[in-house]
Amino acid sequence: MEHIRTTKVEQVKLLDRFSTSNKALTGTLYLTATHLLFIDSHQKETWILHHHIASVEKLALTTSGCPLVIQCKNFRIVHFIVPRERDCHDIYNSLLQLSKQAKYEDLYAFSYNPKQNDSERLRGWQLIDLAEEYKRMGVPNSNWQLSDANREYKICETYPRELYVPRIASKPIIVGSSKFRSKGRFPVLSYYHREKEAAVCRCSQPLSGFSARCLEDEHLLQAISKANPVNRYMYVMDTRPKHRMQSWWATQKDIGRIIVRISSKIWNDEKIRESHEQKRLNAMANRAAGKGYENEDNYSNIRFQFVGIENIHVMRSSLQKLLEVNGTKGLSVNDFYSGLESSGWLRHIKAVMDAAIFLTKAIMIENASVLVHCSDGWDRTSQVCSLGSLLLDSFYRTIRGFMVLIEKDWISFGHKFSERCGHLDSDPKEVSPVFTQFLECVWHLTEQFPQAFEFNEAFLLQIHEHIYSCQFGNFLGNCQKEREELKLKEKTYSLWPFLLDDQKKYLNPLYSPKSQAVAVLEPNTVSFNFKFWRNMYHQFDRTLHPRQSVFSIIMNMNEQNKQLENDIKDLESKIKQHKNKQTDGVLTKELLHSVRPESPTLKTSLCFKEQTLLPVNDALRTIEGSNPADNRY
Amino acid sequence: MMFFFLFSVSGNASTPEFKKKKNSECLLRLRHEGLLNSCPAGVASCPASSCPFRSPRSPRLKLLESALLLGPRPTAGGMEFSELIRTGRAQAELLRGPGAPPLRGTLCVTGHHLLLSPGPQATSDLWLLLLRSVDSIEKRVAGDSGTITLRCKDLRVLQLDIEGVEATLDIARSIEALSSLESVITSFPFFYRPKGLRLGDAWHFHPPEHHYKRVARETNAWRLSEVNEDFSVCPSYPRAVIVPRAVDDDALARSARFRQGGRFPVLSYHHAPSGTVLLRSSQPLTGPQKRRCAEDEELLRAVLAGARPGARGFIVDTRSAQAAKQARMTGGGTEAKAAYPGWKRLHRPMERGRPLQESFVRLVEACGDLEQSMDRWLSRLEGCRWLAHVKEALSTACLAAQGMEREGACILVHGAEGTDSTLLVTSLAQLILDPLSRTMTGFQELVEREWIQAGHPFQLRCAHSAFSHARPKHEAPTFLLFLDCVWQLGRQFPLSLEFGEGLLLALFEHAYASPFGTFLCNSEKERCLCEVRTRTHSLWSGLNQPKEQRKLRNPLYVLNPLAIWPSVEPQSLRLWQGLFLRWTRPPEPSEAAWEKVWQIVTDKEKTEGSQPTVSASEPQP
Repeated sequence: MEHIRTTKVEQVKLLDRFSTSNKALTGTLYLTATHLLFIDSHQKETWILHHHIASVEKLALTTSGCPLVIQCKNFRIVHFIVPRERDCHDIYNSLLQLSKQAKYEDLYAFSYNPKQNDSERLRGWQLIDLAEEYKRMGVPNSNWQLSDANREYKICETYPRELYVPRIASKPIIVGSSKFRSKGRFPVLSYYHREKEAAVCRCSQPLSGFSARCLEDEHLLQAISKANPVNRYMYVMDTRPKHRMQSWWATQKDIGRIIVRISSKIWNDEKIRESHEQKRLNAMANRAAGKGYENEDNYSNIRFQFVGIENIHVMRSSLQKLLEVNGTKGLSVNDFYSGLESSGWLRHIKAVMDAAIFLTKAIMIENASVLVHCSDGWDRTSQVCSLGSLLLDSFYRTIRGFMVLIEKDWISFGHKFSERCGHLDSDPKEVSPVFTQFLECVWHLTEQFPQAFEFNEAFLLQIHEHIYSCQFGNFLGNCQKEREELKLKEKTYSLWPFLLDDQKKYLNPLYSPKSQAVAVLEPNTVSFNFKFWRNMYHQFDRTLHPRQSVFSIIMNMNEQNKQLENDIKDLESKIKQHKNKQTDGVLTKELLHSVRPESPTLKTSLCFKEQTLLPVNDALRTIEGSNPADNRY
Repeated sequence: MMFFFLFSVSGNASTPEFKKKKNSECLLRLRHEGLLNSCPAGVASCPASSCPFRSPRSPRLKLLESALLLGPRPTAGGMEFSELIRTGRAQAELLRGPGAPPLRGTLCVTGHHLLLSPGPQATSDLWLLLLRSVDSIEKRVAGDSGTITLRCKDLRVLQLDIEGVEATLDIARSIEALSSLESVITSFPFFYRPKGLRLGDAWHFHPPEHHYKRVARETNAWRLSEVNEDFSVCPSYPRAVIVPRAVDDDALARSARFRQGGRFPVLSYHHAPSGTVLLRSSQPLTGPQKRRCAEDEELLRAVLAGARPGARGFIVDTRSAQAAKQARMTGGGTEAKAAYPGWKRLHRPMERGRPLQESFVRLVEACGDLEQSMDRWLSRLEGCRWLAHVKEALSTACLAAQGMEREGACILVHGAEGTDSTLLVTSLAQLILDPLSRTMTGFQELVEREWIQAGHPFQLRCAHSAFSHARPKHEAPTFLLFLDCVWQLGRQFPLSLEFGEGLLLALFEHAYASPFGTFLCNSEKERCLCEVRTRTHSLWSGLNQPKEQRKLRNPLYVLNPLAIWPSVEPQSLRLWQGLFLRWTRPPEPSEAAWEKVWQIVTDKEKTEGSQPTVSASEPQP
């Protein structure tokens, strides 16, 4: 509260960043403890959560007032013009303070109260049960068991308490291996494919150096490969890219004998093989620095595979470039595509997707288990494991399944949400759109397989919104241990029950779960299948959107169909009854009353007030937005 | 008889019993599909003297033929297709790209088609390709077999593996010769007689009178003029055009002399809500001396006077100011400001002609490469500039529409000849403003009126598609650009167009190669000379058959009475994958999804339809 000096400013103008019309909306700006609120003369409200604010900028004073540009993490950009400079300065300073909190306890989630009692809150947190999920996958079983090694977070602070490991891996082996792996993140089970009896495991990079080896780690990998009764060979996927270490490579010819054996079933293209050779170089460099990858000589039955996904810093600047390009007013088609190309964003998305496809093929075609790692095993590894699971298992393509997937591969395995999303005022170099990329990959899959997902685009956008909103406890903190220390389950609410309550909004009307063709997804990663995700990066720039939404109209139709069918059944049974009773007058009245179906308008619940995602209501509202003045012709 | 013909051409009439049976079956099927009601080899070429399809050739026709036959000169009077067919038959395997299984069977070249009749035990149907749709052909021989790659005008790529080197070369030469014939009246539409359609049907769906009736209901400032009845005033206009009531035919004729190709300003669309009009013409022939024409000025003055007192007008020139100025050196030019009070000139440069064709060729090239990296693809997409042209076209059309609807101004659109980018702008502007033109029949009428009757030279523009190695002369994908823009509109307003992507794809295919006569010739005059209307079938009658509807309609259509203003930002435009990547990618799951949409919609209709029955079955008091 102490940061707020002005709570209300009148006669503020809001400019649309793409419209050419100079008629800006005029209204009143309110500053609350949690939101910035703008109410225009038509009483339309624009809510901006303080936590969503990525940057505030005060531009040079103009004749009409003092411009204030606010960029949000959910890609909203608002441009206000405040008449008096003093007010502008006050708001600017307040927002600077309010958008960057130093303590978790000051985040919105700790004050947000959706009027639920404690038992409801607890039930919300219990909605997603990971033990249940592992049971669904088919573990524990004769080859895999629950390990209590990390019950007190003693071995690895960033892993969850409950970890699944091969049954034959004893505790000393686990402990030994964890000492050999960066941050103690030893190989554990991420997904188990019941049918193929193959596993997806994850870990961090080994601290091997040149000569160091770790027998326990080698044993653990042996154990993982032995836990697969069908194929003793396993893949180790290093998701990191090539490095500028050509000269070093040239002098170390003897290392050349460690040749990556690539299964000819999957990669038989000579060119691909060559490019993978290149990508190994980075791992070599890491090895020189005492970190690196496993020496193949020390591990038998293992095939190494390198896929080139860039690190968080490259991803961060790539997104920055992308946003710079598409924020340009009066952008030409050519500048857009050359900007899209030079940002490299779609190339990175494709790299993540290709890695997940490799993982899927290794399991489906070769029946081999796969161990995925990057450096620390919480960014790229999470992307590849979760996306791979999504391709393999249709359960994760349901609304509830997708929540489980995020809980499992991202939240519980310690993706550093708070650092990556910049929840607190911390190191900006730790911020990176890793999770956004994952969502984008999923969106690309929904585009390629419109019938394979139970949820629609709005669901992905809503989750993205809450990654940054700090309104719910799920994404606060960087690992489970930290979350427990923050007592999030007692002090905050879980997002998932609220999404489930609103499920109707997020359903894909075309979803056909029974279709055999979509059991395992095999996406085509030809370059032209990757498109710019306008509804994400321009979700608030309504003038750029299609003016009518097919999804909502089909959704409404489906709803109406169901309702009409029910009505018909209802009426028919009533007719039967009434025929028996021979009381006709009443019936006619009732018929007239009930035949007209109410079109299912979906209410927005209070906690989602600030959302105006994909307007659910059809023609009229969207066509309104179709105005020549909104566009530059 | 026909059987005899087909295989006498091939020369080696070895006919074992089963083959005979197979062949007659094949012919029966052909007849059933309406492909063999005429002699497959064409007019007067049938070697059998008793061919029932030998058509009587009137002297007038012969005269015409000599005027229109641009292709290789016939040696003895008529066109001898049989001379061009070197081998009629061979064993071959056809590869059709991803998603379609290969076909094996007997390959057969006829006057207009390439047939593949599958072997006796095959279950699949006869495969058929209109030779006219072949854009380029490539042959390779190795050992005792050969391969022919056919690149079609609809962007399909087919591969034929043929037994026998000689047969391969002969078939390749035959296809090459037959697919590049330029004569109109020996083209397939003149022989196509599909079952269930009557000649002459649907040709009179959209006469100028029809459009005039609508305009006359809304305003009486305009009249239908038959000044061009014999095509002498303007060879590329239809017989009747709509002009200001205050201007008489003599003035029109004089105005026509002042415009390139005689294309004087005529009404394209009357926007009733604002009382404004959209006109189109060609450039005025001002020349270096800055000539003027009183009648032309009078005509445009009358347009403003007819709209409402004090109305303004905009002249949208689709060339840059620089290019318009340069045109003076070659006799063209643009309206002088002083000569046309009330009219203001706007320049919106749009690409046309060869650069547009090259853009198309480069885009198709880029779309054919499945192996390229992300960066390469994006840079090629940028480099071909196709989407930039889409943006130009859409935003110019929006500018014209905005001028009418928002500013209450009359709009005259022209470039140089007024047959390409001009039509692109006027037709798109109507689609944006006029809810009627967004219906199935309304859109067909729009294409017929604003493209076919308005004199877009389809024969010249669509002679070759993106694969041809021939040096482009007059080819330009202007009509395709129009279809792409319509597709973009449909994507941004998915509920507002009654037709779907299917219709746009069909129009693209038929514009380049068609069994129907609708897109033949360059103008109404030529169509009249060739008797296209009486001797070929109209595409509209073909498309409007009930069985075609599901492919062509948009199941989600609801009437939208408002103007549809698209976003033209690059983020809102997308590559039309359904067209450019149609054959390079395997069948998409999205097609199954589309089926599901249809199912939901029909479900809805069914449940709604069943409501009255429930109420009807209600006992009467």
